[in-house]
Order: sequence, then structure tokens, then C-alpha cells
Amino acid sequence: MRNITKTFGTIVANDNVSLDIYKGEILSLLGENGSGKTTLMNMLSGIYFPDGGQIYIDGKPVSISSPREAFDYGIGMIHQHFKLVDVFTAAENIVLGLEEKGRLDLNRAGEKIRKICDTYGFDVDPEQKIYNMSVSQKQTVEIVKVLYRGADILILDEPTAVLTPQEAEKLFAVLRNMKKDGKTVVIITHKLHEVEEISDRVAVLRKGKYVGEMITSQTNAQEMTNMMVGREVILNIDRPEPVNPRPRIEVKDLTVRSSDNVLKLDEVSFTANAGEILGIAGISGCGQKELLEAIAGLQTVESGSIRYIEDDGSSESLIGKDPLQIASMGVSLSFVPEDRLGMGLVGSMDLTDNMMLRSFRKGRSVFTDRKTPKKLAEKVVDELEVNTPGVSTPVRRLSGGNVQKVLVGREIASSPTVLLSAYAVRGLDINSSYMIYNLLNKQKKNGVAVVYVGEDLDVLLELCDRILVLCGGRVSGIVDGKTADKNRVGMMMTRLGGGDFE
Amino acid sequence: MFDIISFIPRAIVQGIPLLFGCTGETISEKSGSLNLGIPGVMYVGGICGVIGAFLYEQHAGGNVSAFPAVAIPLLACLLGSLLMGLLFSVLTITLRVNQNVVGLAMTTFGVGFGNFFGGSLIKLTGSDVPSIALSATSQYFSKALPFAQGTGVFGKLFFSYGFLAYVAVIIAFITAYVLKRTRTGLQLRAVGENPATADAAGINITKYKYLATCIGCMIAGLGGLYYVMDYASGVWSNDAFGDRGWLAIALVIFTLWRPNIAVFASFLFGGLYILYLFIPTGTDLAIKELYKMLPYVVTIIVLVITGMRNKRENQPPESLGLPYFREDR
Amino acid sequence: MRKESKEPLIHITKRRGVPWQKAWLIRIIAIALALVICAIVTTAATGLDPVGVYGTMLEGAFGTERKVWILGKETAVLLCISIAMAPAFRMKFWNLGGEGQVLIGAWMTAACMIVLGDSLPGPLLILVMLISSILIGALWAGIPAFFKAKWNTNETLFTLMMNYVAIQLVAYYIIVWESPKGSGKVGIINQMTRSGWLPSIGNYQYLLNILIVALLTAGIYIYLQYSKHGYEISVVGESQSTARYVGIKVERVIIRTLLLSGGLCGLCGFLMVAGTDHTITTTLAGGRGFLGVMVAWLAQFNPLAMVLVSLLLCVLSRGAGEISTAYGLNQSFGDILTGIILFCIIGSEFFINYKIHFRKSAGGKLEPPAGKEGTEHV
Repeated sequence: MRNITKTFGTIVANDNVSLDIYKGEILSLLGENGSGKTTLMNMLSGIYFPDGGQIYIDGKPVSISSPREAFDYGIGMIHQHFKLVDVFTAAENIVLGLEEKGRLDLNRAGEKIRKICDTYGFDVDPEQKIYNMSVSQKQTVEIVKVLYRGADILILDEPTAVLTPQEAEKLFAVLRNMKKDGKTVVIITHKLHEVEEISDRVAVLRKGKYVGEMITSQTNAQEMTNMMVGREVILNIDRPEPVNPRPRIEVKDLTVRSSDNVLKLDEVSFTANAGEILGIAGISGCGQKELLEAIAGLQTVESGSIRYIEDDGSSESLIGKDPLQIASMGVSLSFVPEDRLGMGLVGSMDLTDNMMLRSFRKGRSVFTDRKTPKKLAEKVVDELEVNTPGVSTPVRRLSGGNVQKVLVGREIASSPTVLLSAYAVRGLDINSSYMIYNLLNKQKKNGVAVVYVGEDLDVLLELCDRILVLCGGRVSGIVDGKTADKNRVGMMMTRLGGGDFE
Repeated sequence: MFDIISFIPRAIVQGIPLLFGCTGETISEKSGSLNLGIPGVMYVGGICGVIGAFLYEQHAGGNVSAFPAVAIPLLACLLGSLLMGLLFSVLTITLRVNQNVVGLAMTTFGVGFGNFFGGSLIKLTGSDVPSIALSATSQYFSKALPFAQGTGVFGKLFFSYGFLAYVAVIIAFITAYVLKRTRTGLQLRAVGENPATADAAGINITKYKYLATCIGCMIAGLGGLYYVMDYASGVWSNDAFGDRGWLAIALVIFTLWRPNIAVFASFLFGGLYILYLFIPTGTDLAIKELYKMLPYVVTIIVLVITGMRNKRENQPPESLGLPYFREDR
Repeated sequence: MRKESKEPLIHITKRRGVPWQKAWLIRIIAIALALVICAIVTTAATGLDPVGVYGTMLEGAFGTERKVWILGKETAVLLCISIAMAPAFRMKFWNLGGEGQVLIGAWMTAACMIVLGDSLPGPLLILVMLISSILIGALWAGIPAFFKAKWNTNETLFTLMMNYVAIQLVAYYIIVWESPKGSGKVGIINQMTRSGWLPSIGNYQYLLNILIVALLTAGIYIYLQYSKHGYEISVVGESQSTARYVGIKVERVIIRTLLLSGGLCGLCGFLMVAGTDHTITTTLAGGRGFLGVMVAWLAQFNPLAMVLVSLLLCVLSRGAGEISTAYGLNQSFGDILTGIILFCIIGSEFFINYKIHFRKSAGGKLEPPAGKEGTEHV
């Protein structure tokens, strides 16, 4: 029996966590974003070193200060961001770091890889370069890599986040095979249905603290949610009636290809209304990013049209215009991008300087005006309760929720007519999330056309008036937020139109 | 007329220092360290060899024998370049300072170091000319292969060089093999491409980077040694080595980080470097200065072309120039 | 087969911002350390006592009025190149072509003086020299910038190679303009007519250059800190995708900034030829194009800090020069001392950006070592 106990002292990410993992089981590590699941497992796999506490394997105290030592103890971790070298082949990646005797023999490695694949039901070509692979293929390489090393304990960090349901099913089948083979699997997740489907036991973390554990078969989704969030959650998001909805953005047959010629959007058509929140649902990477960027003028469009419709009914095309040209047309379009510090804000600049990112060109002077943005920054800090030492603090030093408040605060300050937002509450705590929902609703009441790309179906269903479901770059359907059924939307995300299995 | 038979050997001897520098820099860059200090390292390698040879000649008087005459300058050169490599490694790998800045500082330092000690040695010998000649030891470096005589043109083209020239070619081919075919090479490339991945795979990033940078510097330092002891026949004059270090770095891009290609590319560059001597220009000395532009212009053209090409295998190591910090989130 | 338990002895974390007083304290410690090492090296090379070494260095930098003026002139040149580099580096564009850009500006100035020296009236000639040298400097930096913006060509090596193209071009014209013939030098241009020579203010030959550079420094400081262009440069340098997101034309900013950077280098060449040297050699820039890069980086792209850093480096190099002459050492000794100082200041940046923790070992056998690291992470 492998019995690992860890306690942590100072770092808030994990506060005195003790956890047991038993041989031959599938354990789910459940918790919200930022509850310290990944940090905890990183310490097991040698990426981080604990500030306090002790790890025991088979009852003996051990110290794991590097991934290599973790391998020696038979622990292998599959990270959320794959640790693969893009220009290497699968086989090269798999043998990387192994201290085998003799010369590098990739052919022999290839054979061994094929054998592992046959045992568990993978499909990997050892000769294929990583940069030619799909996300799920890369994940498979990661798993094979860990198995190749003879790991007994596999840790998977949110493995299904990037997979289609079919791929996830396949993965679960493989995990079950491994369990049968006597391996231990730890799967980090925040999706309840996965916990129920795959795991024997579930351990829950909340805000860096260990909350408890349960046998999966003896619990239910409600109980797990309660443990995860700490209180009964009734998602109760306001949904005011749409105010005088009228078409604002009309997208027709929009087709977009990425720079490496992959079809990202395929003949997408819809209308976003003013005074309404249009939700966009879909598995991540289904074209949400490209769709928003195409509207914002940041993405080259292959074909189709995007028209902006004024209140008086006249309309203008947004295709082929950059953000500056769109603004100069008098269209006030705000965009809260997914990558907050990499795109929406400049991390090393302070709040004031970030406030003027959009507006610094105003006025004839060759010099920038910092008084107005400073006032705006103070106003945003004040109204959105941004927790910061001051407006001259670099935004990089703020926490995720506060960064997002700064970004959203700036984007709505220009009193937009269109507000695009991508994963606006990702990584935010509940309070900040609700503040964002309220802000979006306020914009809606002001007659703004709000587009909300989200990943949590419950939120989408409670917040949005209509929900556009994307599936593989195509519109799977548009449903009414008030009447839509969660399961049905889930189906539509994975199959065009959400039809039943053929 | 253009004398191809005498042109090729001269192009090759010009190319050898570049080849050393290029191989060394390739190893370093494959580990993710863009070492712009290579020109300085080559100076230091050269002058350390000269110091070693000088001290030996002073010590031995007239009785210079082959083994110490070669071994002492060689060891001195390797030691000097190793110290430079360690300096670069400590600053960029352990202290994570910007590589470009450290590299430039090293070049300033290295060139100054070379010229300072070169100048001081010149003063010690009390010579009138601003150079120092170590003919006794250098003859062992520039000695051609024994069977070079009597093999005619063929011998002139292939056997007429000092042993360091062959060492350069052998090192380049060995490096190419190690990088491409061995476990060490695979792991080194992984460190340069994606250190976080290599780290997760249990590879000791710091060890690989230190070793690659130091070995790279030692190989590059040999380029300086070859230049003084063989090409220049043991005559050190200040600033004579010139800008060859920069060309060696440019050559790395030209050869797409492949030392086996570098063997031929360095001879090509060596040829471009001395082409002006072989193009008949009559009495117009000035025009020769324009011909000297050739290697740089060619490098620029190559840079532009490689930049336009998008093949993944031909791009620089992905993390080139970036420091690695495991807990950087 | 289990390994023994071991904990890493030293643990390094990134600092989240350091108060500027502390940052400067660390830098001052580094400079002090550098001076100590320099003294040790010098003592080893000359056998002097360290106090005497410092005395000689100060003597060399500030000893006579003339020496102070030369120090001012040298500082002005280095500072001018450094502030020319500042906009490019703030944009994270590694312009290593300062040597070439200065040289080509100097060449253009000399060309105007030689070719037009007799045909244009003085003030007009100076105006033509000024404009053409700025333009060609801008061109020299603009070419790599264009390729960087269009095809993402590696700017570090491109600008580096442009240095040598400039050097060979100048080498060609030095032979063409040789005077007297066979000397391999251009000699003083227009020595009799003094046409194209910048006027001197009163009897102070170097004052005009110093004043111009001082004005430029203030100008660049304001440009980077307060102008819209400066703001765009900062955004592009931090994140190109943010810049595109807010509608900044990244390509245009890159090219525009490098034209400015190169233009300033060209101007520096103009000042050197027309203002002080009145001749041209291939080693006119003398490595200061590279040194300027390091000054700009050490000053964290803040033009006002560059004044201090370039002054410091010039004092040291003049001082080192004095030591070399006084004790019969080679002039390159200064380069070695400069190198040592650079390494120390560069290394100190680590202690500003990172924090070192020493792990308390279980057996108590490992005490935190005293000394540099021990004191600097307090």
C-alpha cells in the first residue's frame, strides 16, 4: 500500500494538507480553480518543493526535490500544459531524460512504445513530430512517456479540459485498463460528472485546505459541490429582461483559417442583439477565440461578412478593418480577451498606464495625457473594489480577480455599444465572478450588445438570453437561455445540432 | 588569373578559426545560450596559448621539444577559454542575467585581455615591432602532415595544414554526430528547445547548460589558438584576429545549427574573407576594401532568407537567449 | 534502493519588485566590489598599493582642467550613443549596430566636408552635413528594422553585420581620400578653411557637443516618458499582441523607432567629426556602440540614469588609461577594468530580481554562509 501524507506550512496554495493515495485506485482530486490541486500534485512530482511537511511512500519518509527523483519513486505527472519538445518526434520525447545504458536506439524505443500502446489501447506513431499532432495525440504521448518509465502512480492534471467527449471517453477507458494493471491514477479535475464516472474515491480541496474525502459510489454531485465550494451553491445570477433588443452585429457565413491553414470557423452566421447577452458555448478551441477576434478586427477573415448595425438601421462592414479603423468609424467596440496580461493589459505597467491603452491617442498633443486615465483608474479601483496598493502599482502584481476587474473596468469605461468577453470569470473567486456578472448585466441594461464566451454551462444558462453553441468551428445551434436544457446544450457542444447517436 | 589551387588552401586556413568558433557556438546555442562573447573567448584562447608558448620558450631556452611545445599552449588555451565559459555560465545561468549584455561585456573584456597581455609580452621582449613572434613553438602547430610533400596538388589541398585544422574538422563531425544521434545530444537539444520540458523529464538543466557553454567556449578558444600559432605562425599582433568571432556566430545561423554543414560553410566564408586578395584589381587598393564586405553581405542575405523560411527544423532553438527559472509561473 | 532524504540547500525565488533605494544600494555595493577587484588586479599588475591606484585613476579623470574637458567629451559621446539605443531597447529590439550607425554618420559628415567644403557657405554646409548624417544613420538602422518588421529577421546579427559593412565602406573611402597620399589616413579635413567645423563656444572646444548631448538626453527622456510615441514603444516592447489588440501598428512603430535610434547615432557621428575630431578613421566609434548597449541596459533604459552610468564608465576608462600611461601598461588595460566593472554591475541585477533563501537544515549542520549573499537578501 502506498501511503502518502503531506503537510504544508507557509505557502497559502496548500495549507496543512494531508492526503492518502492507495495503490490500484483511481482518485479524483476535486476543487475549484485556485484551490491548490495542481500545486499539491506538483510537489509530488518534484516540480515544486514543499515549504513544510513530509511525503511518505510505503510508509517511509522521502524527499522529492526534482522530477527525476519523482520518477525514481514511480511517480509520473501529465501536466495541463504539455511538457513536450515540439520539434522532436514522439519517440524522442518519450525517451528524453532516461538514463539507459548503451547508445540511443530509437528503433528499439519505438518497438517498446508500440507494445505499451497495444497493452492499453493507445494510438501513437513514434516517428511523428509533435508539432504535427493534435492535442489529444500530444496527451497520449505524455501518458505513454510516463508509462514507458514504468510509473506506478500517474497524476493527470485536468486531462479532459482539451478533449472532445469522445476523446475523453477513450482516455477513461485507458485509465480503467491501467487500474486493472495495478497502477494508481490521480486525476485533478473540477468536473463532477468525471469524478462520478471514473474515480473510486474523491478528495476535495478548498482554498488550499484539505476538506475531506469520500468513496465516489457513496456520494452524489450535490454533496461534492458543497464540499468543494463550502456552502450550498444556488447559482442565482440575475437575468434582467432584454431591453428593446435590436440587431447590432450581424455575422454571415464567416470562415476563418489559422496561419497554419487549419479551418477554425466554418460558415458561422448569427446576430448579436443590443440589450441582450449572447452566450457562446463550446469545448475550448472550437473557434471562440477566432470568432471574437474576427469581430474585433484582429483576425484575417477568409470569407463571409460581419456588419455593424446602427440604431437607425444603417450598417457597415467590419471585415478587413483593424481595431483603429473600427474605432474611427464611430463604433465603440470593447473586447475583454482571454489572455488578460498577454493581450488585454501590459503586466509591467501600472493601472494608470493600462487605463490609457485604448485612449492614449486622443487629442492633438504629441504628449500623453495621464491625468484623465489616472482619474479613471481611481474610479475603477473605487467602484469595482480592486484590491491594490495604489494606481501606480504594476498590474502584474495584482491577483487574477483584480486584474480582470481592471481590464473589464477599462473596457466598459468607454461606454461601448458592443462588449465582447472571453472567459471573463476564469480563475476568479465567486465574489469577483458575481461582480463581473453584474457588470455585464448593467451593460445589457444600457443597451449594449454583450457577447459572453464561457465554459461553465450553468453560468451560461443562467446569465445569457440566448446561447450560440459552437462545435468544431461550426454553429451547432442557437438556444434560448431561459428554456434550454443543460444536457441538450452539452450534446450540441459535441455533435452538430445535438442529434442522437446514429 | 584566378589561382584556384592556391586559393583553396588559403580559404581553408581562413575557415578553420571560423569552424572552431561556429562549432563551439552551436553547442552553446543548442543548450539555449546565445553567447555573443565568443569573439572575446577566441581572443582569450589565443592569448592564453601565446602566454603558454612564451613562458615555455623562455623556460626552455633553445631546446624546444615537440610535446611540451604543443601541450603547454594547448592546455593554457583550453584553461583560459574554460574560465571565460564559466564566467558566462555563472552570470547567465546561475544569476540569470541577460545573455546579450553578458556576451557583449565578455567580448569587450576578452579583446582587451588579449591586447593587454599581447602588448605586455611585446614589451617584455623589448621588441621594436608591435608584435610578438613565437616561431619555435609555432612550427609544431603549423607542421603539415608528413606525407604532404610529394603528393602534388592533392597533397596541397588536403594534407598541407597543421594538426589543429584536422582537429577542427573532426570536432565538427563528432559534434554533429553527438547532437543528432546520441542520448546526450537529444537531451541537450531538449534543454535548448524547451527547458521546462527537459526539467520535467528529469534532465539537470543547469548541468547541461554549464557543460555546453563551457565546452563550446573551449572549442571556440581553440580557434584563437589556431589563428596565432598556425595561421599567423606564432606572431601575435594586437587586434589582428579582428571580427572573425562575429562571423563565427553568423555562421551558426548560416549552417542551421549543423556543425557538419559548418565544415564546408566555414571554408566558403574563409574564401569570401580572402577573395579580395585573388581578384585582380590592378593598382586600385581601395576597391579591395569593398570586397572585404562580402562575408558580411552574404551573412545578411542568409539571415533574411532563413528568416523568411518557416520550416520548423530550421529555426533557432526555441528558448535561445532566455534564462530558465523553474518556479517562474 | 531508496535514496537518502535531502533538501536543496539554497532556494531562489523571484522578487516582486524592490524599493528603488534597495536596488540602488545593491548596485552601489556591486560597484564598490568592482573597484576592490580592479584595485587588486591593478596592484597585481603594477605592484602599487591600492590607494595609489585610486589616486592615479582620479588624477587621470579629473587631474587637470583639460582632463576634465576630455572626460566631458568622452562622456558626451558614450551618452549620445546610449540614448540613441534607449528607444530601441525599450522596444526589446537588440540594436547592436551602434558602431556602424555612428561610423556611417561620421562618414557622411566627412564626405560633405570634403566634397562640398569649398562650394557651400559655412552654415548651409553644416546644415547639409547634419541632415545627411542623420538620414544615413537612420537608413543604416532602418534596413534591419524593416526586415525585422516584415519577416522577423534576427536583428541582433543583422545590425552586427551592418557594422562591418560600414567599416569596409569607410575603409574604402579612407584610401580614396587619403591625405597625404600613402599615409593611410585622412588627416585633418579642411584644416585651413575650417569649413564644416562646428564653432566652439568661447574657448571651450568641447562645450557645444556636451550641451547638444545634454539637450538630446532631456529630449529622449521626455519622448520616452511622456509622448504618445514613447508610450507605444513601451507597449510594443512589453507585448506585441497587446499592441495589436489596441490598434498599434507594430511594424510601423518598429521601423519608426529604429529610424530614430539610427538617426541619433548618425548625429553622434556628425558631432564627433564636425565638432571634435575633424577626421575619420575606421575605429572612430571604438567599441562604444557596444558599450552604449550595456549602458542603456544597466540604466534600465532610463536616459537620466544613463548619464550616471556613462560618466562612471568614462571616469574609469580615463582613470585606467592614466594608470596604463603612468606605469607603462598597455592601453587595453582599461578594457579589462571596464569588463570587470560591467560583470559586477551585471551580476548585481540578480540580487535585485531574485531572493535567496537558505534552507534550515534538519541537523543544523549547515549555517547560512555569511558574506555577499547572506547580507544582500535581508
